[in-house]
Amino acid sequence: MSQYVLRRLLIAIPSLLGISVVLFVVLALAPGDPFSELATNPNVPPEVQAALRAKFGLDDPIYLRYLHWLNAMLHGDWGFSFVSRMNVDTLILQRLPATLYVIGSAQILALLVAIPVGVYAATKPYSLFDQIANTLAFVGFSLPTFFTGILFILIFSVTLDWLPFVYTTDIKGTGIHWVLEMIRQAIMPVAVLGLFQAASMTRFVRSAMLDVIRLDYVTTARAKGLGQAKVIVKHVMRNAMIPVVTLIALQMPAVFGGAIVTEQIFRIPGIGSLLISSILSNDTPVVMAVTFVFACLVVLFNLIADVLYGWLDPRISLR
Amino acid sequence: MLDKELRSMIGDVKDGRMDRRAFIKRMAAVGLTAPLANQILALGGVAMAEGAQTYKPTKRGGGGALKLLWWQGPTLLNPHFATGTKDQDGSRLFYEPLACWDPDGNMKLVLAAEIPSIQNGGLAADGKSVTWKLKPGVKWHDGKPFTADDVVFNWEYARDPATSALTIATHRDITVEKVDDLTVRILFNKPTPFWADAFVGAPNTIIPKHLFADYKGSKSREAPTNLSPVGTGPYKFVEFKPGDLVRGQLNPDYHMPNRPYFDTVEMKGGGDAVSAARAVIQTGEYDFGWNIQVEDDVLLRLEKGGKGKTIYAVGGDTEFIALNFTDPNVEVDGERSSMKTKHPLFSDPAVRKALSMLVDRESIKKAIYGRAGRTTANFLNGPEKFVSKNTSWEFSIEKASKLLDDAGWKPGADGIREKDGKKLKLLYQTSINGPRQKTQAIVKQACQKAGIDVELKSVVASVFFSSDVANPDTYAHFYADLEMFQIPLSQPDPAQHMRRYLSTNVATKENKWQGTNFPRWVNKDYDAAIEAAESEMDPVKRAAHYIKANDLMFQDTVFIPAQHRLKVEAAANNLRPIISGWANETDNLHDWYREE
Repeated sequence: MSQYVLRRLLIAIPSLLGISVVLFVVLALAPGDPFSELATNPNVPPEVQAALRAKFGLDDPIYLRYLHWLNAMLHGDWGFSFVSRMNVDTLILQRLPATLYVIGSAQILALLVAIPVGVYAATKPYSLFDQIANTLAFVGFSLPTFFTGILFILIFSVTLDWLPFVYTTDIKGTGIHWVLEMIRQAIMPVAVLGLFQAASMTRFVRSAMLDVIRLDYVTTARAKGLGQAKVIVKHVMRNAMIPVVTLIALQMPAVFGGAIVTEQIFRIPGIGSLLISSILSNDTPVVMAVTFVFACLVVLFNLIADVLYGWLDPRISLR
Repeated sequence: MLDKELRSMIGDVKDGRMDRRAFIKRMAAVGLTAPLANQILALGGVAMAEGAQTYKPTKRGGGGALKLLWWQGPTLLNPHFATGTKDQDGSRLFYEPLACWDPDGNMKLVLAAEIPSIQNGGLAADGKSVTWKLKPGVKWHDGKPFTADDVVFNWEYARDPATSALTIATHRDITVEKVDDLTVRILFNKPTPFWADAFVGAPNTIIPKHLFADYKGSKSREAPTNLSPVGTGPYKFVEFKPGDLVRGQLNPDYHMPNRPYFDTVEMKGGGDAVSAARAVIQTGEYDFGWNIQVEDDVLLRLEKGGKGKTIYAVGGDTEFIALNFTDPNVEVDGERSSMKTKHPLFSDPAVRKALSMLVDRESIKKAIYGRAGRTTANFLNGPEKFVSKNTSWEFSIEKASKLLDDAGWKPGADGIREKDGKKLKLLYQTSINGPRQKTQAIVKQACQKAGIDVELKSVVASVFFSSDVANPDTYAHFYADLEMFQIPLSQPDPAQHMRRYLSTNVATKENKWQGTNFPRWVNKDYDAAIEAAESEMDPVKRAAHYIKANDLMFQDTVFIPAQHRLKVEAAANNLRPIISGWANETDNLHDWYREE
């Protein structure tokens, strides 16, 4: 087992290197310039712009810039933002709590909705409950988050005036008041994101359950006289969860990556909004760091999923 | 206006026979803006007026929280590194200049004790130096006194190329010397009619020497105070998260009486302009929303029964369509739009004139800009003293068609006009932006009716405005026949703005397209007018030179001004913000208050 994990980790190194080369080259070839805002500023002469480009090494050849970046990364230096003139890791760490809180809650909400609904719907396929759940799931994942987000704002903020739609990181007040405010302002973004993901996940859980529920060993379990609950939870769910675990594991990096659209709509200062504003201002070191961290997380969670398979189904051996 | 008449009017103001306001009105009537009229008076020997005071609160603090919504939040808080106005706006909460600009373009004292004038000896008669007296007793937020050394240090800091300050252009051609602890003198190497650049306004606020002295030059980026400013301003720094949040709290030792009114200030970033307007005007979650560039009918809808309103400030920002004077389709020595070529269609002045008649500025105002736009025939729309009254515009498809007919451009089989085998087909580019793309559509439609085929192109703003030498889509490469954008006028003076179009400044491959004259327009009379203006100390003659320069652009149809754009902000109904079209939104923040 530990040998397996070690081998997987070693394999990850060349693939991460490959990913970093691709990311770096794509970003370097992308058009645009971090100092574009200066172009129409009559106070800034073009020579100053050129000097800045030279100072930040933007005029060096790509391979040299990549080697510089790699060397710095190996020393734990994530780079220096052109736009904010501060270290990229500080910038990312500042944005991490909001993303973990909002996107994490949304994922939990999605799981809490999807698993019970999916399982129950699968035990009674084509029943009224199943039909309703299916319809809602289709509606849910057909509506994009930018639409539901604005709809929620119009209903709950503008018309009813119940919830704020601008997320604030520094809520005044302490103790219970602070906690309540934190929850209040997260309700809309969490609901928008969580329900969107719950919709597709419900469908997934349902079909995974249906695949297993008709197998012979389930009939055997029932014939032994086991209760319905025990059959579903202990015998069916455990086996049905294998594909679901893959899906969830692949979605976990998104918790760190943030949700670009939802963060933008509700002004949540998360990684997603950092990524989009950095892309728009061509702040390459930040974009590079965020996407690379994201790539590392995808590799890591794939490994975790593989390890979890062994626990869920001992027949899968890891060598 | 006649020189003599002006002199006698200045005399009248001096002797008190005419009041300042009447003088400024007369000046405005001949096309001089208020800031210029004031500077004319200053140079004519009448002290510059301090902006009127409308501040009502009678005690410091007690105003609660001021919540500002900047949909592009500041990403750094050192004014010398500010890449855009958003960073200057954020820095201005904590740092202050010697003086700022009020809505009429009057100078308002901040860290200076008096406005330099010829009477008080502040201004040299030859225009080669200005002496500022500093306000005594001003303290930095950490308790250290503010002195002339700080001012001199800012000059040394910014002019050092190793610092890579973006304010270098303001500081490199001047010399700043300390006269005594509370007096500094700025020396110019040539007569400088507009002396209020260095240390004035939000872009040129002053940072403390004692905290930055060790971080001058190449170590500039390591200064911890780059991200946690210690200034002299009305609010003390509390917290900064780049792109997201800037927070400050009342400075109990602030040097202006009864100010500031608010106990805390918060500047939240992120999102988009429409939802910012909604959060201020409709739900009232925020007190003030910055730069609300939203279509007017959306704003009107939000304002119905809302908790806030939009406010407008007139400046000198012109949205223009520039014409390319070189040929964008022929490559010479590895560059298109080369100075060795002439534009095949625009070399006929009739085509340029006709095009200008096909831009329906009234419709652009009605359909797009609404209250935030004004129609104009001029490229230079402010300050008012520099605005030409000699120009006019009209929209007429018939007249444009006739002009083209007379010039020999006859419609071909496909309805597109042609002459000598050259078809009137144009490529019209701009940056991706709702109002700009709608303007393109309006112009294209009119052109089609007149038999001109227009192809539209829009480029992502970060590419269009970039200085990337290798990218052919930047505005400076100008590989198109027409392009539209605006260049903001960031101070109440046209000098920097008009200088761009000198023929020595054309953008070419040789200067890596860093030349600022992107239409590649060459006119000796224009060059002469600008050169003359730059050394002219007589404000009236100087303004006349700039007006002449504008008129030359008009005659040659270098630019077709699509709209004179106003600043649009959103504010809560009870907030009394002071917004100047000549300054950053936060430049007058110390005078903001809330009407109870």
